[in-house]
Amino acid sequence: MKIHEYQAKEILRRFQVPVPKGIACFSVDEAEAAAKQLIGETGQEVVVVKAQIHAGGRGKGGGVKVVKGAAAARETAQKLLGMTLVTHQTGPSGKLVKRLLVEQGVAIARELYFSLVVDRGTGRVIAMASQEGGMEIEEVAADHPEKILKEIVDPVSGLAGFQARNLAYGLALTGPAAKNAAEFFVSLYKAFVEMDAAMVEINPLVITKDGHVMALDAKVQFDDNALYRHKELDGLRDLDEEDPSETEAKRYDLSFIKLEGDIGCMVNGAGLAMATMDTVKYFGGQPANFLDVGGGATKEKVTAAFKIITADPAVKGIFVNIFGGIMKCDTIAEGVIAAVKEVGLKVPLVVRLEGTNVELGKKLLASSGLAVTAADDMADGAKKIVALASGKGSR
Amino acid sequence: MSILVGPNTKVIVQGLTGSAGTFHAKQMREYGTQVVGGVTPGKGNTTHEGFPIFDTVKDAVAKTGANATVIYVPPPGAADAILEAAAAGIDVVVCITEGIPTLDMVRAKRSLLGSGWTGHLVGPNCPGVITPGSCKIGIMPGYIHKPGRVGVVSRSGTLTYEAAHQLTALGLGQTTCVGIGGDPVKGMDFIDVLAMFEADPQTEAVLMIGEIGGSSEEDAARFVKENMKKPVAAFIAGQTAPPGKRMGHAGAIISGGKGTAAEKIAALKDAKIAIAPTPADLGKTVAPLL
Repeated sequence: MKIHEYQAKEILRRFQVPVPKGIACFSVDEAEAAAKQLIGETGQEVVVVKAQIHAGGRGKGGGVKVVKGAAAARETAQKLLGMTLVTHQTGPSGKLVKRLLVEQGVAIARELYFSLVVDRGTGRVIAMASQEGGMEIEEVAADHPEKILKEIVDPVSGLAGFQARNLAYGLALTGPAAKNAAEFFVSLYKAFVEMDAAMVEINPLVITKDGHVMALDAKVQFDDNALYRHKELDGLRDLDEEDPSETEAKRYDLSFIKLEGDIGCMVNGAGLAMATMDTVKYFGGQPANFLDVGGGATKEKVTAAFKIITADPAVKGIFVNIFGGIMKCDTIAEGVIAAVKEVGLKVPLVVRLEGTNVELGKKLLASSGLAVTAADDMADGAKKIVALASGKGSR
Repeated sequence: MSILVGPNTKVIVQGLTGSAGTFHAKQMREYGTQVVGGVTPGKGNTTHEGFPIFDTVKDAVAKTGANATVIYVPPPGAADAILEAAAAGIDVVVCITEGIPTLDMVRAKRSLLGSGWTGHLVGPNCPGVITPGSCKIGIMPGYIHKPGRVGVVSRSGTLTYEAAHQLTALGLGQTTCVGIGGDPVKGMDFIDVLAMFEADPQTEAVLMIGEIGGSSEEDAARFVKENMKKPVAAFIAGQTAPPGKRMGHAGAIISGGKGTAAEKIAALKDAKIAIAPTPADLGKTVAPLL
């Protein structure tokens, strides 16, 4: 689960991780009042107005403005609220700005990079730091891997003091700034573990002219598997930031990702779902989605999944590819039949069933009266749906 | 011969009295697996569907001589169940549970490392391990497997079924199929299983099924190149998956930006591993190697 920058910073503040003073705003009036309050508290006229969307590249996209005075903050808020912000991460359609963060201006001496992430290879949390603040870490890793400092964290000791110092001095920090940075890293690690994060990225991490260390930006992603023990995070979800079909899928605990193509896919198992997309593409089609109905899906869940796929106007054909293990083929068949009864079927449907209760599933579909094209295997099914969706095949 | 499990494997089921545990314990027994009991705290000294139930794994091992366990415990208690099994000296621990918090697994793996346990953890979030004809531990449908010559190791559950089904249809069969699971932090990885297959006299070739993300497949390619004499075939799922959103990528940075299907396939080809072009060709790609 992803959250907004202002929400991430509120969490970091609770863990004594230094962040600039800031106030979340949902209207122009709130933005002006926030600017006034910050100017009053800091004695500095400079404030930053930041669009809050779940995507990076906001600065370059025009979503972050440094202004002087509350009136200017109001004017900027007026421009940003309701604008569609397009960055390299939002896709060409961009994202509508509905929330702002108004922050105190900070006198920056240096911009650095710091992140914490779970590494598959070592099975540990890794702390990464670089002097290339503001740069995308992927680019730094590709061009100058030697510029990325890493410390592997033992979960027993946590991010140890010496590791934090290695990073701080490795970033060429000295004096109080080095000490503050090391403390920053340790506090951030505590927040990471306590909150069950999957990733925390501070880019840029800034050293102010008076030697303070601050998270100027903060991206936090939580481990979805651990959300059950963090009920306090429920309220932080912003449904405006999620694709409506993905939100609907989540309600039914389905793993769904909307794609650009026109062949809807319903599969059990993430690997088989990806492989089904690969096979559709191999035979000249374009998958409209990734959908894993999961292992123990009920008839209701399958019906919901099928309805989500058919609701997409781009879908010209549907390929159901099931290899039943825990998932029983008759459950799939029942779910599909129920969904079609409810919402109808306007596009070709190819079904490949294999595994647990396969004969029963096939019998149910055959006797349902639905216009279903049966497939012998995955390749056969992919070929058939690609042909049917392009109007070339026959049912 | 086979790897990890066979006719002498005695299995207990942690979480046997739950619905998934009950269903699969019965399926395993029906297949011919020696399921010697179950563990559910608070239900010790009872029986369930003919299985003796124990309060602790320690107790179950003492009374039954179990040397393997399969875990169907829900996510909040699953990492603890793994540690309990290892502490009781169980040799093969198979964790089916999906959805264990990642940091629970980070801590559990660290504990296992520090405990001196010499057993093997398969999973979590995996279909299990099967040596066709003698021992099925997990959730895979038994009938698609047949004793034979090919070892299968996979990160994906249902794709493993696809592989086994094709090998059976071609009459090649399997020595053992190992689903290592799809979680970022897990027990055995490709190279651990590949080393076992290389040492197993009955396994003549290995079929490996990987996915995008991480660098296990690249590590496996290097291992095959340097250590294996037996032929290996592979498939990588996710060749057409769109690049994940920006934040999901940072995990791959650590291994130098690896993780795409193209990079994995290049590494596998470099190790002279035969690549199946589509998942419908898994069996056909292995056949000529034998």
